[in-house]
Amino acid sequence: MPTVLVLAEHADGALRPVTGELLTAARRVGTPAAVVVGAPGAAAALAGELAAAGAEKIFVAESPDADSYAVTPQVAALQAAVEAAGGAGEVAAVLLPNTVDGRDIAGRLAIRLDSGVIADAVDLDESVVATLSVFGGSYVVTSQVTQGIPVITVRAGAVTAEPVAGAGEQVPVQFTVDPATATTVTAVHTEPAGDRPDLAAAQTVVSGGRGVGSADKFSVVEQLADALGAAVGASRAAVDSGYYPHQFQVGQTGTTVSPQLYIALGISGAIQHRAGMQTSKSIVAVNKDPDAPIFEIADFGVVGDLFDVAPQLTQEVSSRKG
Amino acid sequence: MKPGMNIAVLVKQVPDTYAERRLKDDGTLDRDAGEAVIDEIDSRGVEVALQLAEQHGGEVTVVTMGPQRATEALRKALAMGADKAVHLVDDALAGSDAWQTSAALAAALRTVGFDLVITGNEASDGMTGTVPAMLAERLGLPQVTSARKVTVDGTTLSAEKLIDGGYAEVTAPLPALVSVSEKIADPRYPNFKGIMAAKKKPVQTLSAADLGLSNTGGANAASRVVSSAPKPPREAGQKITDDGTAGAKVAEFLATERLI
Ligand SMILES: Cc1cc2nc3c(=O)[nH]c(=O)nc-3n(C[C@H](O)[C@H](O)[C@H](O)COP(=O)(O)OP(=O)(O)OC[C@H]3O[C@@H](n4cnc5c(N)ncnc54)[C@H](O)[C@@H]3O)c2cc1C
Ligand SMILES: Cc1cc2nc3c(=O)[nH]c(=O)nc-3n(C[C@H](O)[C@H](O)[C@H](O)COP(=O)(O)OP(=O)(O)OC[C@H]3O[C@@H](n4cnc5c(N)ncnc54)[C@H](O)[C@@H]3O)c2cc1C
Repeated sequence: MPTVLVLAEHADGALRPVTGELLTAARRVGTPAAVVVGAPGAAAALAGELAAAGAEKIFVAESPDADSYAVTPQVAALQAAVEAAGGAGEVAAVLLPNTVDGRDIAGRLAIRLDSGVIADAVDLDESVVATLSVFGGSYVVTSQVTQGIPVITVRAGAVTAEPVAGAGEQVPVQFTVDPATATTVTAVHTEPAGDRPDLAAAQTVVSGGRGVGSADKFSVVEQLADALGAAVGASRAAVDSGYYPHQFQVGQTGTTVSPQLYIALGISGAIQHRAGMQTSKSIVAVNKDPDAPIFEIADFGVVGDLFDVAPQLTQEVSSRKG
Repeated sequence: MKPGMNIAVLVKQVPDTYAERRLKDDGTLDRDAGEAVIDEIDSRGVEVALQLAEQHGGEVTVVTMGPQRATEALRKALAMGADKAVHLVDDALAGSDAWQTSAALAAALRTVGFDLVITGNEASDGMTGTVPAMLAERLGLPQVTSARKVTVDGTTLSAEKLIDGGYAEVTAPLPALVSVSEKIADPRYPNFKGIMAAKKKPVQTLSAADLGLSNTGGANAASRVVSSAPKPPREAGQKITDDGTAGAKVAEFLATERLI
């Protein structure tokens, strides 16, 4: 069986859920092997979890450089892991998460391996044919790499993790970073995740638009979200008006969401917003304007003031929960 | 090259995102379906380049690969204030994938000369977001992608770049490649003087043969579309007007659908 390499995504000594999803996709094609890139000691903390998630092998690429530089350590480590796994004839694919870093690593690696790339796959079959959801889900496209070892980034949350424990055999690999092409990371600022679910993976999302009117009044959106156990999203107009932080933007240039339930409050439903949410299972919209385009795709639309409807709904949801 | 900082900015012409976008049966973009515009993210890249050139001196060159009418995107960037343009145009390049696009753009960039290359973080049509990193690898440059702030001091570039869940502060030596994110800057509107001046600015055209490119075009791509199918559009459901009980009615709907 050929090997499928999976870049393990980890932070603060913990695996990100997408790693399990990638290992599940890898098992369809061949023998899943994880590649851990990190400071010395990083792999020891993750090995148990990786084996449980399905890694038969764990390529351990540790170096003090791993956290000092952006992207190029992972590129060099994956290249070394491809070699260690037997090279082109033995490696059926390299899978990475479709994050900013994941796509950068994929791009550089593809040139080093002389390979084609597929970005943002939502599914992968046993013959390494990837499924893409294009233009906000308006098209379903399948595509295939025809040159070199396929390098594929996979959307988080798209593949359901089905852990089958693997042997987790650790294999050290060496790599070096060329300082001439290296970007130095001097500081990292991440927000603590908080109590709400991750936007991209949430089962329910409540989003507010320009109609919310101010940052303070976004509490109306948050209260409904919390009653439903939902993530909070925002339109680009709401973000650009300073009502809500950028990382919560939903749409063409923000996060793509596909929850069971999406509630849009004071959002007109511009085509670029719809591109990021129209594959949601159920859509509820509240808007003052009966002609707002969001109603064209809403399963349940309310023509009304969100400051009347949302608090009443919050109350109903809370009381039904008892 | 002029003294100061010479910046090459990549701009792509794309179907307007305000209109419905279509794929042809072979999975390639239907470029005749709607209006073609300079990608909004690339107009932000041009803005950042102009601001840096205003601070440090030097020249801004805009570069595109695309069909004949992509010159409109170049003219828009020239009207904003860019100094000159390079248009890589050749039917042999049609249907390129990201790997081939990066090969062609890297070859064009080598003829331009630069201290800094600026791109968008993700084109609104292909959306692979991999071309910037591929270019950096081909050109032997450090890459700073999804930047929301960029400054240059001597030969050091400093930036804030988006990462999952936040941002990182990074530095890289010039020459380097930067891809910009949406929140970095709003593009300036070309004024009448700019539009008139743009008509006289040089636009150099290059063919695949000029750059010595081989194995071009969809038939030689490193990745290929196997199938492509439109999804039926969503249909509207029920719509009510709030009479003071709409919140409760939404709750009923959610309960019926087993969503609460
Ligand atoms: C290249 C490009 C990319 C883009 N990417 C994105 C993206 O990722 N995400 C995104 O969202 N947009 C994106 N946009 C912007 C998009 O075109 C719209 O401008 C944006 O979605 C509008 O946000 P909105 O619906 O909140 O604001 P508006 O369009 O201003 O709508 C506000 C709505 O609120 C309603 N309203 C006002 N007060 C109330 C009230 N009290 N109760 C109920 N309803 C009320 C109004 O009737 C109106 O319909 C992009 C645009 C471009 C060109
Ligand atoms: C729906 C769809 C899906 C696709 N999926 C894949 C895929 O999985 N793998 C693959 O290899 N190809 C894919 N392609 C083809 C790919 O879009 C083209 O090769 C494209 O030329 C480059 O990729 P991009 O648009 O994704 O660019 P991105 O990497 O998203 O673009 C980032 C930036 O690079 C610059 N840039 C990109 N192209 C040009 C250009 N022609 N001229 C000037 N600057 C440019 C711009 O500054 C842009 O903002 C797909 C195309 C479509 C329409």
